[in-house]
Amino acid sequence: MAKELWKGNEAIAEAAIRAGCDCFFGYPITPQSEVPEYMSTHLPKAGGVFVQAESEIAAINMVYGAAGSGKRAMTSSSSPGISLKQEGITYLAGAEVPAVIVNCMRGGPGLGTIQPGQGDYYQSTRGGGNGDYRTIVLSPSNIQEAVDFVQEAFDIADQYRNPVLVVMDGLIGQMMEPIEWREIPKRELPSKDEWAASGRKGRAHNNIINSLFLDPEICNAHNVRLAAKLAEMEKNEVRWEEVQCDDAELVITAYGTPARIALTAIDILRSEGYKVGLFRPITLWPFPEKALGDLAGSEHVKAFLDVEMSTTGQMIDDVRLSVLGRKPISYLGCAGGLIPSVEDMVEAARKALKEVQ
Amino acid sequence: MTASTVCSHRISIITGHYGTGKTEFSVNLALALSAEGKQVMLADLDIVNPYFRSRERRNLLEEAGVRLISSAQSFSNADLPALPAELLSILETPAITGVLDIGGDPVGARVLARFRPKIIQEDYQLIFVLNANRPEVREIDGAITYLRSIEATTGLTCTGIVNNTHLCGETTGEDIRRGAALSAAVSEATGIPVLCHVAVEPLAQALGDLPEPVFPITIKMKKPWE
Repeated sequence: MAKELWKGNEAIAEAAIRAGCDCFFGYPITPQSEVPEYMSTHLPKAGGVFVQAESEIAAINMVYGAAGSGKRAMTSSSSPGISLKQEGITYLAGAEVPAVIVNCMRGGPGLGTIQPGQGDYYQSTRGGGNGDYRTIVLSPSNIQEAVDFVQEAFDIADQYRNPVLVVMDGLIGQMMEPIEWREIPKRELPSKDEWAASGRKGRAHNNIINSLFLDPEICNAHNVRLAAKLAEMEKNEVRWEEVQCDDAELVITAYGTPARIALTAIDILRSEGYKVGLFRPITLWPFPEKALGDLAGSEHVKAFLDVEMSTTGQMIDDVRLSVLGRKPISYLGCAGGLIPSVEDMVEAARKALKEVQ
Repeated sequence: MTASTVCSHRISIITGHYGTGKTEFSVNLALALSAEGKQVMLADLDIVNPYFRSRERRNLLEEAGVRLISSAQSFSNADLPALPAELLSILETPAITGVLDIGGDPVGARVLARFRPKIIQEDYQLIFVLNANRPEVREIDGAITYLRSIEATTGLTCTGIVNNTHLCGETTGEDIRRGAALSAAVSEATGIPVLCHVAVEPLAQALGDLPEPVFPITIKMKKPWE
């Protein structure tokens, strides 16, 4: 199929429609507003429902209701708006309601900036709301991946009855790139009849969507069951990409836009004779801990350089948990909407390699 | 071919659907006009996009002698629909050659409506930039719908089509020829002439057989890894 030119956010919205999204509930915030804007004109034409909610909190609770009735529901926002949705996301996880949430990240904390950021890594990968839960976090670094992942996210959410996050920095939502619409891998999906609150339909009991379990034993048993589901996700859903890691002495760890920049930096470094590779987590949760750990244990890898659009680094904690002190890890990052340059990355890589010579 | 012959009017207003490459064309046009000795001002009137705006190329433009007009510097990263008062200096100074870079779609073109009374008194052209690789304008009907909506929103009449069919770094001569065919069909249906075809330097040379001039560009609105 011929390639088409799409803007990231519009492509995400179109991908959701193609994945059979029935309902979208959203609220505008830069840099993701093109998602609800596109949905508002195109989802009704496809037979779906678009509602501009009165707030982000309202939107995620509308998702809870619609998805709780068995419909495919989605919301999107950007960092501060995603913070507002956290209560709804933990309720979705607690009540085992599948839904897709897109975060087109901007710089923080607080209102921060409308320019791109990656400061929501902790929030995305540690559950974000209260209680013991996680969400699968898919992180595209180009628009092709963004449309593929959004389509898959609906299936993954349905398979595990758990919310799925698609998280990218604002640049990926705002930029234009060629994509093609391709088939996504098919999954065996369970019927929703057993749990969806979509009417009694001749059953002997009502299906009830609920995350309240007052009896400690029952609540504990519920948590044990959720934990088993998380373990399944960790077993089945880990994704990552390695580029030129086979002989790399330095491995750059990065996701999203910094991973794109790393590829250019690696070309330059390789032309100068430096053996540098990229390790790109695609699922931020479950984190590709074993694969990165294997690299850390290999003879040829001397050091790691983690690069994020964050001042302190957040993913670097997961890198540390995978590397387990076996090799030194240095860090390059900036926030506030600044993006690490190719030159900065080349320089940081040279320095990291010099330190282990 | 010179930029001054393709865009022969004092003020060129660059409109079109989202993502057709208006800003890339605007920046290249302003630089080309300046290189041809014109006193050029480029107005970034994009109030709908938060990123990839011509104001991000302020240094490049100013070094080339193009004066950039955009929202106040302190608001350059805001998404406020605020228009720069200096825009009037383009409209009111006959010695200036002006390029107005407008945000996408009728919604982005709405900024022009309030300046309509002044614009129609000047020697202007309203350019519709077309990219046949953008799904919503790749068919004749879709393209004409956007063109007419932009005219209706601005109260101005479109006077020229610029074929800027591209696929970012993956553009081929075939893409540009497909865009040329679409532009010709839109032109035939509307009576609006095709002004030029836009092509990056290496592709431009092989397109000399197209009936309209080819406007060669170099990519200025690069992504951080390019």
